[in-house]
Amino acid sequence: MGLPVYATPGQRIWHYSYLTFCALVLFFLVSPLLVVIPLSFNASPFLHFTQDMLALDPKGYSTLWYKSLFGMCDAEEASLWTSCTDKWKVGTLNSFIIAIAATGLATTLGTLAALGLSREHVPFRRTIMALMISPLIVPFVITASGMFFFFAKVNLVATMPGIVLAHTILGLPFVVITVTSTLVGFDHNLMKAAANLGGTPFYNFFKIQMPLIAPGVISGALFAFITSFDEVVIILFIGGPDQYTLPRQMWSGLREEISPTILAAATILVLLSIVVLTTLELLRRRSERLRGISPA
Amino acid sequence: MPTASANPVGPLLTADGTPLKTSLERSLKLSRLRAVGLVFPPLLFLIFLFVIPIGSLLTRSIDDSLSNTVLPRTLAAFERWDKTSEPDEAMFKALYLDMKAADRLDLSKLGTRMNYEKSGWRSLIKITTRGLKRIDGPPYKPAMLQLNQRWGNVEFWQSLGAMKDPVTFGYYLNAVDLKYDGNKNVTRVDKHRRIYQLLWWRTLLVSTIVTIGCLLLAYPVAHLLATLPLRISNLLMICVLMPFWTSLLVRIVAWMVMLQQNGVINDSLVSLGVLRDDNRLAMMYNFTGTVIVMIQILLPFMILPIYSVMKTIPPSYMKAAQNLGATPALAFLKVYLPQTIPGVGAGCILVFIVAIGYYITPELVGGKDGRLIGNLIAHHMQHSLNWGLAAAMGTTLLAAILLLYWVYDKLIGVDNMKMG
Repeated sequence: MGLPVYATPGQRIWHYSYLTFCALVLFFLVSPLLVVIPLSFNASPFLHFTQDMLALDPKGYSTLWYKSLFGMCDAEEASLWTSCTDKWKVGTLNSFIIAIAATGLATTLGTLAALGLSREHVPFRRTIMALMISPLIVPFVITASGMFFFFAKVNLVATMPGIVLAHTILGLPFVVITVTSTLVGFDHNLMKAAANLGGTPFYNFFKIQMPLIAPGVISGALFAFITSFDEVVIILFIGGPDQYTLPRQMWSGLREEISPTILAAATILVLLSIVVLTTLELLRRRSERLRGISPA
Repeated sequence: MPTASANPVGPLLTADGTPLKTSLERSLKLSRLRAVGLVFPPLLFLIFLFVIPIGSLLTRSIDDSLSNTVLPRTLAAFERWDKTSEPDEAMFKALYLDMKAADRLDLSKLGTRMNYEKSGWRSLIKITTRGLKRIDGPPYKPAMLQLNQRWGNVEFWQSLGAMKDPVTFGYYLNAVDLKYDGNKNVTRVDKHRRIYQLLWWRTLLVSTIVTIGCLLLAYPVAHLLATLPLRISNLLMICVLMPFWTSLLVRIVAWMVMLQQNGVINDSLVSLGVLRDDNRLAMMYNFTGTVIVMIQILLPFMILPIYSVMKTIPPSYMKAAQNLGATPALAFLKVYLPQTIPGVGAGCILVFIVAIGYYITPELVGGKDGRLIGNLIAHHMQHSLNWGLAAAMGTTLLAAILLLYWVYDKLIGVDNMKMG
């Protein structure tokens, strides 16, 4: 959006200050994330740039915090500033297990719900939809409190299945939303044609419908995965004291002593988010191509 | 000669001889059944693990049956008492029998519960529980008084009145700094205990500031993204989506690095000579910190809906308005702005809803005067274990959010919600 050649000086000043403002806002959004990356290679245990780092002296940089994150700390090096613990490793593993299980459940249930809700003639369609999305709207503190009361009665507190089920609830709305919006462009005549040609409903679903709505399903699954992988309130409320996850470890690190190990973990998570974002963008393009919506 | 309108053939039939209408109805029924079959399992799952837990929050917030199960005789004796004179032997006997029969754990829970009505109850119950076995028969009144003088204090006895019903709205009153006195009249709590009203106001204030702040920052950016050529705007969109996709805790860590006393911002300002070294800005562990970090975290929630609405406004409208003689400012106010209102409304409600229930961010960067109602709920859930109060506060917050959600649904429709 350029300025027309006949713009007055006033309009020019206005236009450039508008561009500057936008640039500053975008900078405000991204800069904190970018600052974390170089700082995680800090050789000192401080969370700010040292003189060595600013002078780009290799002395100022090290991978010490990454080693400590993976529990491979050099005793001599590490004993100076950081305690050697495998909680990070255990936590990361737990986070992956929980997130994968919860994503699988949420994706299956969410896709079923979206398929059902996208059909005509569903009674109370709007109400059910609002209910399905509500875990996204209710603050996690409230959800977690309610689950704590209920899970205590059915002995799910401080158990792995309890955490997985709770995370499934949080991921469900994302899958419902993304799959529903993919189904909007889905031509139901395709399924009728397939049925006419003699396919069983199951065969038709996996052969015809699934490949077409796959982008929506996968992006919903990614949302559910990230939600679970990043979740800290549920695990604090209904997790047992020895159930460590990556966010919980970061949380306690942030509350007690902030060490650059957290920055190393943060850097890895930032990279993870970039991978997820790229995947989503590719999926979106594929989905548009498949549904015949040309990229605008 | 029969005409076609006389229709001698009867109703239309399908191949197998059933009337078309019946056949159609059957197939509709089948399709409805199939849809319900698909929706049913996830719905059941959601009801069991989400709706019922939220419901248990609700029942917990009004449940006050503990004192009735532990002290039935005492409360019955309390009913017969005139509420002003000194308690008589019968009341002490009832109390003694109740406490003797009660489980120790229940008594300690009861002491905690009674302490919400009048401080001093917890220790009184504790001392009495411990001394109970030393009492070996009537008369109970002097024996109890000997255990602790406070049993002679009428105020303690009077406060039982607030606990006699198995269902109470006392926790809701507590959540706004009110309470029941012995006669079930609503009064304000002692001055030094009033914190909840302040916190409700602060939560509303922070959510409003964050919503307005997000709107002011998001509107121009959304406009830029919507008007730039797609190739460039897709690139800039990454700047918006990347924080959206990054772990919440990571963003908080990043802000801690930026905002702390020796953080990047203070260091830069000092080295640029804007600030003196001993005069660094306090931007974390206070109100400012909470607001700055919340704005950055919630900004994408505002940019995305506004952007998607602006995307649908043809640029020719503005040109047409200016062609008809409007100045750019007037054209913007009269033509562009009204069309973006749906996006602005969606963004504002979304940001406000998310902000009002925030817990993690204020807990980590808020310090003492950045704490919000969410933090207090967590505090009562995890530390003070006043679950009734936590549940009442949660339910109140939930009611406010559901109201906003309903408005959102009416204005925009939840099924129009888009992600990313």
